[in-house]
Amino acid sequence: MAVVQTNPPVSATDSLHQRLDSTWREPSGFGGWFKRVHHTTIGIRFIVTAFIFFLLGGILAVLMRLQLARPENKFLGPDRYNQFFTVHGSTMIFLFAVPLMFQGFGIYLVPLIVGARNIAFPRLAAFSYYIYLFGCLFFWAGLLLNTGADRGWFAYVTLSGPDYSPGKRVDFWAQMITFTELSALATAICLAATILRHRAPGMSLNRMPMILWEKLVLSFMVIFAMPAVMLSSSMLLLDRTVGTQFFNPAEGGDVLLYQHLFWFFGHPDVYIIFLPGTAFVTTIVTAFARRHIFGYLALVVSTISIGFLGFGVWVHHMFATGLPQMGESFFTAATLMIVIPTAVQFFCWIATLWHGRVQFKLPMWWIAGFFFVFMIGGLSGLMLASVPVDTQVHDTFFVVAHFHYVLIGGAVFPMFGALYFWVPKMTGRMLNDALGKWNFWLFFIGFNMTFFTMHFLGLRGMTRRVYTYVPEMNWGWLNLLATCGALLMGVGVLVFILNFFWSRKYGAIAGPDPWRAGSLEWATSSPPQSYNFAELPTVNGREALWDAAPNQPVVAGIREDIRETLVTDSLDGDPDHRMESPGPSAWPFWAAVATSGLFIGSVFSARSVLYTAVPVAITLIGWYWPRWGVSQRRKATEVWSE
Amino acid sequence: MERVSERAVLDVSGLPSVVFGPRNVVWLGTILFMLIEGAMMAMLYASYFYYRTRSTDWPPGVMPPALTYGVANGIVFLLSLAPAWWTRKKSRAGDISGARMGLVVLAIFGAVNIALRVYEFSALNCEWSANAYASTVWMLLGVHSAHLATDFIETVVLAVLAFTDRVDGTRFSDFDENSMYWYFVVGVAVVTDFVIYGATRLL
Amino acid sequence: MKALRTLAWIIVFGLLGCQSNHSSLSAAGPQSKNIEWLYWLIFWICLAVFVLVMVFFAHGTARTKVDEQEMAPVMENPEGDRRARVAVSVAVTVTVITLFVVLAFSIVTGNTVEGLSSKNPVTIQIIGHQWWWEARYPNPQADLTVVTANEIHVPVGLPVVVLTSSADVIHSFWVPNIQGKRDLLPGYQSAFWFQADKPGIYHGQCAEFCGEQHAHMGFEMVAEPVDKFQNWLSQQRKPSAQSTDPSVLRGREVFLTHSCVLCHTVRGTDAGSKVGPDLTHLASRRMIAGATLSNESGSLAGWITDPQRVKPGVLMPANPLPPDDLDALVTYLRSLQ
Repeated sequence: MAVVQTNPPVSATDSLHQRLDSTWREPSGFGGWFKRVHHTTIGIRFIVTAFIFFLLGGILAVLMRLQLARPENKFLGPDRYNQFFTVHGSTMIFLFAVPLMFQGFGIYLVPLIVGARNIAFPRLAAFSYYIYLFGCLFFWAGLLLNTGADRGWFAYVTLSGPDYSPGKRVDFWAQMITFTELSALATAICLAATILRHRAPGMSLNRMPMILWEKLVLSFMVIFAMPAVMLSSSMLLLDRTVGTQFFNPAEGGDVLLYQHLFWFFGHPDVYIIFLPGTAFVTTIVTAFARRHIFGYLALVVSTISIGFLGFGVWVHHMFATGLPQMGESFFTAATLMIVIPTAVQFFCWIATLWHGRVQFKLPMWWIAGFFFVFMIGGLSGLMLASVPVDTQVHDTFFVVAHFHYVLIGGAVFPMFGALYFWVPKMTGRMLNDALGKWNFWLFFIGFNMTFFTMHFLGLRGMTRRVYTYVPEMNWGWLNLLATCGALLMGVGVLVFILNFFWSRKYGAIAGPDPWRAGSLEWATSSPPQSYNFAELPTVNGREALWDAAPNQPVVAGIREDIRETLVTDSLDGDPDHRMESPGPSAWPFWAAVATSGLFIGSVFSARSVLYTAVPVAITLIGWYWPRWGVSQRRKATEVWSE
Repeated sequence: MERVSERAVLDVSGLPSVVFGPRNVVWLGTILFMLIEGAMMAMLYASYFYYRTRSTDWPPGVMPPALTYGVANGIVFLLSLAPAWWTRKKSRAGDISGARMGLVVLAIFGAVNIALRVYEFSALNCEWSANAYASTVWMLLGVHSAHLATDFIETVVLAVLAFTDRVDGTRFSDFDENSMYWYFVVGVAVVTDFVIYGATRLL
Repeated sequence: MKALRTLAWIIVFGLLGCQSNHSSLSAAGPQSKNIEWLYWLIFWICLAVFVLVMVFFAHGTARTKVDEQEMAPVMENPEGDRRARVAVSVAVTVTVITLFVVLAFSIVTGNTVEGLSSKNPVTIQIIGHQWWWEARYPNPQADLTVVTANEIHVPVGLPVVVLTSSADVIHSFWVPNIQGKRDLLPGYQSAFWFQADKPGIYHGQCAEFCGEQHAHMGFEMVAEPVDKFQNWLSQQRKPSAQSTDPSVLRGREVFLTHSCVLCHTVRGTDAGSKVGPDLTHLASRRMIAGATLSNESGSLAGWITDPQRVKPGVLMPANPLPPDDLDALVTYLRSLQ
C-alpha cells in the first residue's frame, strides 16, 4: 500500500525525461496526426476549431448587421438572411460556445489541474473532437451549398416540419445537433471521470479548485440536458424523413411538447455556457487578487445549486404561449431564485478583491468587462423573469440585447480573459500587453454600441428575426449605430488574432508560472511535456503551489515504460490503484468517420442506417479489440486487488 | 525540474492494477453512459404521458398492443439476469471458463430477446405514421432496441474474445461491466413494457 | 466623463422615440399601462443594483491595488474574512428581499393584466396565416359574421376578448401600445383580453418567427369610439359594393376571370376562396400587404403585378396583366368600400 518515505537522490533526471517522453510522445507525421490522444493536443484542437467558428459566426453577424443598417435594405434577401441568423445562432451556441468553453478548455486544463498524465478515456476524447469537427463541416457545407438551416437555432415546429420546410435545410440543422451533442456527451464522460478518479493524491473534494467543481457540475448538466435536445431534434427528423406524427397537430402531435423538450435543454445550456465563465473569473480573480478565493464553500454550493435550478426554469422561454398563470408564476419564482447563487458568486469575487492585493494585469481587464457587461445582462434578465414584462419584450430586440449581454458578457469576456491567462501556458509565450488593451477597448466599446442600442429598439417594438423593417418605424439610426458597433467589435477580434500570431513569434518567454498562480497546471513547463509532469504531484491545499509543504512529496512507483496513471479515491483523493492509459490509435478517427457516415446518410435516406451501421460496429470493435502483445505483457505483470 | 535530494515521495508501486466495481474507472464511465441513456428514456416516457394529456381516448383511434410477445420478452429479459449475474461473479474471481460459459449463455438470451422484439413490433397494432401516440410507442421500443442490439453485439464480441488468449485482468473487468450494462438494459425494458403495454391499457 | 455624457445622450434620445404608435413604453390601455409601470419599477431597482455593484467592484479593486512586482500571495486575513462574511451575508439578504418585492409586484400585475371583470366584452377571433392576419367578429347569425384582414377595429373603453388560433405555423399577436404578446399555436385555441383607452391607430406585428415574410407580417389596430366602431361593423357586414361604372364592371370581370379567385373572397360575387385575405371591403382599409404598403392605386397595382418584389417569398404569385386590365382591376378593388 501507499506509504510516504524518503527517496535517495536520483542523478539521472535527464534519462527520466527521456524515458517518459519515449513512452508518452505523440506520433508524428501525417498518419500520426490522426492517432494523437494526448489531452493537450485535443484541447488545443477544440479551442482552435471553435475559435475559427466563432470568427465565421461573427462574419455572419456583421453581414446581418449590414442588412439591418437601414430600412428596407436589399443587401440580403429574406432567404439568405434567415439562413444567416439561423447559422449564426447555431454556430455560436453549438459550434463555438459549448465546444470552446466546456470541451476545449476542459479537456486542456482539467488533467493538468488535477495533476494527471492524461485525461480519462483519451481515445473517447479524440473521438469527441472528430465528431465535433465533422458536425461543423457538415453544417457549414450545408450553408455553402445553399442548404443552410433557416428556421432559427430553435427550429420551432410546425414551421420546421415537413409541411412548411421542404428540402433538406432543417435536416442539416437537426443532424448537426446529433453530432455536437454526441461530442459534448463524450467529453462530459471524460471530464467527470478525470475529475472523480484522477486527482492528485491529497486533492480531496474540498480542496478541488473551483474550475474542477464547475467542470464536474457541468458534465452532469450536459449528461441530463443534452439528451432532451437530441430527442426533440431526432423526433423532428423522423417527422420529416419517415412520416412520424410527433409534431403534426392534425394527428395528435403537439407543438408545445417540442418547446418543452427544446428548452429543457436550452436553458441549462445557457448555464453550460455561463458556468465556465464564472470558473474563469474565480480562477483569474484568485490569481490576481493574490489570495485564496473568499467563500469557497459558498461558491461550490452556488455552482451546484445553479446546476439544479438551471433545470427548473425552462418555461420562462414560453411565457407568451399562454400557459396557465399559476404555472407561470412558479417559473418566475424559480427564475428569480437562480439570481441568488449568481449574486453570491459576485459578492464573493468582490470580497476577494476587497481583501486581496490586486494586480491589474491584462486578464483582469476582461474580468472588469465581464462585471460591467454581465451585470447589465443579468439585470435585464430580471425584467424578463416577470411574466407581464416578458410578454411585452419577448421576441424583440430587447431579448437580443439581453442574451448577448449574458452570453458575450458571461462567456466571451471571460474567454478572452482566459486566453490572455492560459495562452502563455499553451504556447510558452506571453501575449502582447498594448495590443491586448486595444483588443479590450475596441471590443468593449463596440459591444456596448451594438447591444445597448438594441434595448431601445426592443422597447420601441422591433421584433427579432426580421430581415428588414419599414422606414415609418424610425428605427433606422439606432440600427445604424448598432451596425457601426458590430464593425468595431470585429476589429477588436482581429487585433486579438494579430496579437496571437505576433506573440507566438516575438512574445516574451513565459516560463512555467508567469503569473505565480496557485494551481497545478503552473507546476509544469509551458507548453507542458507529452507526459505533463515528470513526477506526479501531491496536494496540500486548494491552491496546490501556494499551499505546498516545504518538502511536499511526489508520487513514486508509477511505471515509466508504459502509459501508467494513478487512480485515486473520488472523495479524499487517496491513491487507489494503477491503470494503464490507452495509447495512440487511429480507430477513434475511423469510428468518427463511420458514425458521421451514418448520421449524414440518415438525412437523405432513413433506410441507409441499415448498412451504414455496419462500419460503425466494425470500427468500434477494432477500437476495442486488444493487441496480443499488450495482453501478454499485462498478464505477466498485473496485480489483482483483493 | 531538478530533483531535490532527500525528496519525500509517496510510493504507489504496491497498488493493484486490476480492480472491479466502483473502484474501476470504466465502471464510472459505464454509469455515466447509463445516466445519459436513462435521461433519454425518461424524456421519452415524459413525452408519452404528455401526449396522453392531450387526447381524450387512449390509445387514440387504434388497438392497444397485443400482450403475448411483450410479456414473453419481459420474462426472457428477467431470466437473462441469471447469466449476467453468473458472468459477473466468475469474472471477478478470474475464472475464465466460468466467464466464457456466462457470456455465451447471455449472448443466446440476447439473441432470443432480439427475435422476440421483432415480433413485438409487429404486434403493436399501429403504424408509426398513424398518429403521435403510435410514433411514440414505436420510438420507445425502437430506442430500447438500439440499446439491446448494442449490448448484444458487445456481449458477442466479449464472448469471442474470451476464447482467445488475449484475456488479461482488465478484460475480466470488462466482462463485469458488460453484465452491469445488461442489468440496465433489462431494467429499462421492464419500465418500457409497463408504459407500452400497461399504461396504454390502464390510462 | 465624455463616455458617460454620450451614454446619457443615447438613453434620452433612445427613449424619446418610444412615444409612437408601436412602442411598449407608450401605453394606451390598462394592461400596457400596468406593465409599463412594472417595467419602470424593475428598471429603477436594477439601475440601483447595477450602480452599487459597480461602485463596490471598482472601489474593492482600487483600494488594494499593488505594484505588479509584488508576487507573494496573501495567506491569511482572518479579520478581513470576518468582515467580508458579514458584508456578503447582508448583501445576500438584501438581494433576497429585493427579489421578493419584484416577485410580488410581478404576480399582482400579472393578475391585473389577466383578470377580466366586464360581462359584455367584444369578441374577436384572430387566425394567423403565413403572412397575414384573419380577423373575424363572430355573430350567432352566420351571415352577420364579419371577416376582414390585417386591420382590426376595436371600441375604445370596452374590453375585447381575443380568441387565438393558427392556420399553419406559430405566429404571435402583438400590439405593444395595448397589451403583451400572445402566441397563436397550431392545434391550440386560447383566449386573452385587452382594452384600448385612447383612440388611435396602433401598429401590430407578428412576434414569432414564421418564415420568409415574418418581417412584413404587420397589421393595424384602429381604436375608435363605440358608435364609430358599430358603424364600421355594420358597414363590414354588407356584401361588396355593387357599381354600374363600366370601368369598375370591367375590373370585376378581370378579377373573376383571373387567378385572384383561387385565393380571395369578395362577398356578393362568385369569388369565395379562403386561402388569402377577404377582399370584400378592401378599399376601407388604410394599408395593404400586411401593413406594408399604403392602400393607394399605385402601390396596389405594383403589389398585384409583382408581390415578390415587395415581399420576396410571399405566397401570392406575380400577375403580369395587360395595363388596361390592371387599371380596371385596381379601379374595381378601390371601389370595394
